[in-house]
Amino acid sequence: MQQLAGQITYQDWDLEKARELASEFADRTGGVMIALHKIQETFGYVDDTAMAMLGKVFNLSRAEVHGVTSFYHDFRRHKPGKYTVKVCQAEACQAMGSYQLTEKIKSFLGTDFHGTSEDGNFSLEAVYCLGNCACSPNIMIDQQTYGRVTIEGFKALADSLVKEAV
Amino acid sequence: MTRIFIPRETTAGSLGAELLVKAIETEAKYRNLDVEIVRNGSRGACWLEPLVEVETAKGRVGYGPVTSEDVADLFDNDFLNGGKHANSLGNVEELDWFKNQQRLTFARCGIIESTNVAEYKSLGGFVGLKNALATDQDGIIQEVLDSGLRGRGGAAFPTGIKWRTVADCEADQKYIVCNADEGDSGTFSDRLIMEGDPLSLVEGMTIAGLAVGATEGYIYLRSEYPLTRIILEDAIANAETAGYLGKDIQGSGKDFTLEVFMGAGAYICGEETSLLESLEGKRGQIRFKPPLPAIEGLYGKPTVVNNVISLASVPVILEKGGKHYAEYGQGRSLGTMPFQLGGNIKKGGLVEVGFGLTLRQLIENFGEGTATGKPVRAIQVGGPLGAYFPESLMDTPLDYEEFAKAGGMLGHGGVVVFDDSVNMAKQARFSMEFCSVESCGKCTPCRIGSVRGMEVIDRIVAAESAEERESEHIVLKDLCDTMESASLCAMGGLTPIPVMSAVKHFPADFNL
Ligand SMILES: Cc1cc2nc3c(=O)[nH]c(=O)nc-3n(C[C@H](O)[C@H](O)[C@H](O)COP(=O)(O)O)c2cc1C
Ligand code: SF4
Ligand code: FES
Repeated sequence: MQQLAGQITYQDWDLEKARELASEFADRTGGVMIALHKIQETFGYVDDTAMAMLGKVFNLSRAEVHGVTSFYHDFRRHKPGKYTVKVCQAEACQAMGSYQLTEKIKSFLGTDFHGTSEDGNFSLEAVYCLGNCACSPNIMIDQQTYGRVTIEGFKALADSLVKEAV
Repeated sequence: MTRIFIPRETTAGSLGAELLVKAIETEAKYRNLDVEIVRNGSRGACWLEPLVEVETAKGRVGYGPVTSEDVADLFDNDFLNGGKHANSLGNVEELDWFKNQQRLTFARCGIIESTNVAEYKSLGGFVGLKNALATDQDGIIQEVLDSGLRGRGGAAFPTGIKWRTVADCEADQKYIVCNADEGDSGTFSDRLIMEGDPLSLVEGMTIAGLAVGATEGYIYLRSEYPLTRIILEDAIANAETAGYLGKDIQGSGKDFTLEVFMGAGAYICGEETSLLESLEGKRGQIRFKPPLPAIEGLYGKPTVVNNVISLASVPVILEKGGKHYAEYGQGRSLGTMPFQLGGNIKKGGLVEVGFGLTLRQLIENFGEGTATGKPVRAIQVGGPLGAYFPESLMDTPLDYEEFAKAGGMLGHGGVVVFDDSVNMAKQARFSMEFCSVESCGKCTPCRIGSVRGMEVIDRIVAAESAEERESEHIVLKDLCDTMESASLCAMGGLTPIPVMSAVKHFPADFNL
């Protein structure tokens, strides 16, 4: 039975490899979206050089590809930290103190949203609802959601992830 | 061999279910006991997760919430034979929390191994499809019309009428698109059914395909649900293997294929025309309506776009009849609704009941009040575009029309509870902020108005005189009027609802 991916190690940007990945979806409904996901899963972000390449593969202008990429919150244009932490900012989590938790996480990691901790381990993002609203506040690290998160719990989790990464 | 049920599901997983599975496996091995761990979905009692159930001679016995630290203790207390433990629940179906629900759409959820076709069939699965194959397009649509089912995604449009429109179109290709974007904060029913009983969605979409003459279906799933994707794809593969999807379904000569498509973190892509743009691989910008997607949808072809719960309710309607479904609920709100209790709530989770229960009954009888133990002060029903209600409106029945009369909307059935520490000016400001973050950018009242909205609310709160405050209040009202009347879609059009309901019911928080 397939499980969620554990730690994700991103490969260094490789345009040829990205082209190969994207070409697989050339004939699929909404193929460019599937390709963007696949590229980001592999490299952690979508490099600028992918725009022209995706345009060729999907028969779009570079501007169109750029338009699609920039529309969606998910697609990043710069390499992220080893782990991406998303903290839910929506109402059910607010009702359980998510803003206070967010401030503490920001100061613990030493970064604001859309930034990365200095040691390169954690990128921080906002997310609006993880669909776990009866167990707030919630965060997601890479593919895994964590419920009823406290700052102590977060620190312990972050420590164990850093250990796992080395 | 003893069967132990542990949900493979996001909530249980977020509270340590995967560690628990490993711990139970290890402990059983160590004690030389023969166990089989079955991965069901959640029954929806999020407050009991991770909920472990054991199949014993006396029936299914529940323990919850359980963490990996409880495991040795559970074995010591002979939980494999239903032994007593601090977390014993007995037969969970006998708990009031479940007994007082009316489960139709979620009848199987949490009971069966989630993607197992044989277990699905043992509890009525695929009977609806069989009945659909035995009748014609009109016959299927008539059952859905008789059920009174209205779209559960928010707009509450009658599902049967939408299907009729698509069925009546002449086209070489038609599509069924399931809206699994579930962007509304406070909602998780789509996720629960997709993780706990995904075959009901597969069956519902197949029946929709038969009803309108469509052979291709897509599930547009939000990217925040990666586990859901894995489970859905398992279910689709299992249904194909068993001949319930693909070519020549059950020897009927009818085809239907299904594919999961991932969104990329844009709330607006829950709106059906934005969703279709996105599914075509474009920016998720709203299309002008008309034409309706039913007439010109995906790639310009007639397309049914329905919410997960609308589609997953179809199998039971075809199995037991539209009239049976319509016996639940009241007035023009027929059938059942899976409400989702979240936020500051003691016993949160999924409560499926016929329409008509009051908000108070839901929050007090099922939820047992706030998690913090403080008084309830505000409740937001229907997601980020839904109204904030004060305690005094808690006796409003959960019914589309009754809620509209009280200035609210049921939407997708999310109920978010706040205790008395909430500051409603901050909540109103957040509604504007959310609109500015998630606006598709096509029209000015939404894109710019929401930014102005945040500024005006800040100025109201900071105002130094009553006059200044009142004049800013008038600016806010005018701005909301403009957003409401001049926005192309409900994102800009409904954002004023939570904002103005907060002003109306909680003026003190704005110093008004
Ligand atoms: C801003 C916005 C967001 C929406 N988000 C969702 C959503 O996440 N899920 C959903 O099913 N419907 C959503 N809708 C409603 C859809 O546009 C559409 O009405 C629905 O998918 C139709 O299916 P139904 O008739 O089965 O409800 C949204 C609408 C708007 C205006
Ligand atoms: S109201 Fe907002 S989200 Fe809707 S079309 Fe206009 S700009 Fe886009
Ligand atoms: S509001 Fe945070 S998980 Fe739903």
